[in-house]
Amino acid sequence: MKKTTYTISIYTENNVGLLNRVSQIFLKRHINIVSITSSESEIPDIFRFVIVVNVSKEQVAKLVKQIEKQIEVISVFYHTDKQTIFLETALYKVKSSSLFEEKQIQNIIKDSRANIVTVKPAFFVIEKTGWRSETEDLYEKLKPYGLLQFVRSGRISVTKKSMEISKILNNK
Amino acid sequence: MKKISGAEAIIRCLISEDVDVLFGYPGGAIMPVYDELYKFQKELNHVLVRHEQGATHAAQGYARSSGKVGVAIATSGPGATNLVTGIADAQIDSTPMVCITGQVASYLLGSDAFQETDIIGISTPVTKWNYQITKASEISEVISKAFYIAKSGRPGPVLIDITKDAQFDMIEGFEYKKCINIRSYTPTPKFDKSVILDAVKLINKSKKPLIVWGQGVILGNAEPEFKDFVEKSGIPAAWTILGVSAISTNHELNVGMVGMHGNYGPNVLTNQCDLLIAIGMRFDDRVTGDLKSYAKQAKIIHFEIDPAEVDKNVKVELAVIGDVKQTLKEILPHVKKRKHVSWVNNFRELNKIEFDKVIDQEYNKQHGGLSMAEVIKSINENTDGNSILVTDVGQHQMVACRYMNFNKSKSNITSGGLGTMGFALPAALGAKIGDPEREVIAVIGDGGFQMTIQELGTIFQTSSAVKIVILNNEYLGMVRQWQQLFFDKRYASTEMTNPDFVTISKGYFIDSKRVSKRKDLNSSIKQMLSHDGPYLLEVCVEKEDNVFPMIPSGSSVSDIRLE
Ligand SMILES: Cc1ncc(C[n+]2csc(CCOP(=O)(O)OP(=O)(O)O)c2C)c(N)n1
Ligand SMILES: [Mg+2]
Repeated sequence: MKKTTYTISIYTENNVGLLNRVSQIFLKRHINIVSITSSESEIPDIFRFVIVVNVSKEQVAKLVKQIEKQIEVISVFYHTDKQTIFLETALYKVKSSSLFEEKQIQNIIKDSRANIVTVKPAFFVIEKTGWRSETEDLYEKLKPYGLLQFVRSGRISVTKKSMEISKILNNK
Repeated sequence: MKKISGAEAIIRCLISEDVDVLFGYPGGAIMPVYDELYKFQKELNHVLVRHEQGATHAAQGYARSSGKVGVAIATSGPGATNLVTGIADAQIDSTPMVCITGQVASYLLGSDAFQETDIIGISTPVTKWNYQITKASEISEVISKAFYIAKSGRPGPVLIDITKDAQFDMIEGFEYKKCINIRSYTPTPKFDKSVILDAVKLINKSKKPLIVWGQGVILGNAEPEFKDFVEKSGIPAAWTILGVSAISTNHELNVGMVGMHGNYGPNVLTNQCDLLIAIGMRFDDRVTGDLKSYAKQAKIIHFEIDPAEVDKNVKVELAVIGDVKQTLKEILPHVKKRKHVSWVNNFRELNKIEFDKVIDQEYNKQHGGLSMAEVIKSINENTDGNSILVTDVGQHQMVACRYMNFNKSKSNITSGGLGTMGFALPAALGAKIGDPEREVIAVIGDGGFQMTIQELGTIFQTSSAVKIVILNNEYLGMVRQWQQLFFDKRYASTEMTNPDFVTISKGYFIDSKRVSKRKDLNSSIKQMLSHDGPYLLEVCVEKEDNVFPMIPSGSSVSDIRLE
């Protein structure tokens, strides 16, 4: 069956333990979570998980129903990449000496529209926000200069269409 | 204002929820609650089981015979982990149950304290909901939520873990409000009128419709609506093992059981019907066999309360989501009154083949060792079809559920989805306490009996008049059957050298008897049934009988074997 990247958005009551409950649903079915983030949502006291998976349409529909069934989950939506605006943020820690000795690195940063977050005597930190392909591209380019550390966040995303979560809440 | 302890608050919450019995076992982390139970013993009966697993199964038996929420209580650590099997069983069989566990004091959490286990983490995948209370002030609200969640919508088990300090802490102004709504939870989705009409169209124009119903009919208290629907539509109806007893065994449109050891007619004709109407069932693999060849020719309508069950295993044409009591009532006036005479006859003809090949041989057996079926026949002949049958897991379970006559709903209590050996003895005790007026007959294998045999102690202590029938084949029979059929008779670790069950029973002061001859069977069953109080009858049956019909796992329902 054809696999697609889906972004699952889960609106929940703020609750300890819910993350465990939700991740169990994936674990049980051997479905790899590509990325997961959790934060407040646009509604006070309501949290939002954003989970990215690569599965078939049938699978994502089943997953969403299982998640929705959990008591503290208010609503779950899933979207394809086309239906959302999504980003990830990556941080790259590089030796300061490379910044001054290798001119090329400054061009790389400029060309990839990355930002220098901080410069210290021993190292500097570059930040790049964008699609996975872009942060990966920058990773490849910086690698020859010696990456001291690299980290990338999970995907955050908003949908193009409205999700009407407040409406759902008002009807409950 | 008067202050009460968290432990007392727990008891007051339970009383407010009309709980009249708890099944449990004490220990350090739950002692404050037990101390209150001592004070409230007039209001709340506590049944001391012999192992916490027994508490959960007893609570399940209680829930399923009474229709109320079963309550089990245990201490932290091993007490809590011993509950897990029963919780998993209740989850997969949708049994309303609330489990209360003690936990180490909140300031010790996460320190690997004595008898600390993360029961919230452990129980998460097998509970409908769980929660850890660390403050006495949370007790009232959380317990009311627990009961609401356990019994509403598709029922299930809830576990509430309560730290010891929360039990000791004093609270002011205790008040209990029953939970009636949780904004993130829709227990009973509203049904859609247009879907009802779509279903009606499919039903009214179908030529060879088949109903397969499950426990949802019983859990939804929809037996009358279901019967009306079956009778008006004239559609033959088959049951899953948890659905049986929703309409009586002898009903002319009851065509038997579907699934692995179900009847020949409904299994074969699943693959010939043009419309399959699934009601309150979830297409378990033991029901469907190979999905690739399951009812492919048919359109399928699924009446179901849990949207996550729709299209989970079997893709359906139409889902009627909602409470079956409502949706069936709604559909009834639109359904044409029909009789499907020749179609229903197809079931009879196929079931007749099964009768000749299988049923007659074992149910009406005349020579050789006793069959399990004969024992059920004798029970049928000596009861009025109104007793509660509690079965364990294995060959005896299949035989008992296939042959038992039921006239009344909530009469079959068995571990369906999990297949938990050891379920029956404690569940029978719970069932008897849940509905003391009814005769409760537990049919148990020699293997499963020894998994929770210690609950004979509980039965004795509570003088619960359950009748226990051990069908002793000296084998883990169901596994041996598979070894015979699929592993060239290599009987690896399935033969059992058993103790003397009659003597063991006597040791628990429960009257008992062993029978091995056909001529003594009926009188022994009579003696058991007329005995006042609990009774154990061990029946020595043929050792290497097999249960047929059988759909070998991975095969299609229509490839069901009669031998
Ligand atoms: C707790 C548990 N362990 C193992 C099994 C696997 N199992 C299914 S049926 C069965 C044999 C049951 O033997 P017995 O209780 O004697 O019943 P019989 O089949 O002989 O009637 C076994 C071992 C199970 N269902 N449950
Ligand atoms: Mg046996």
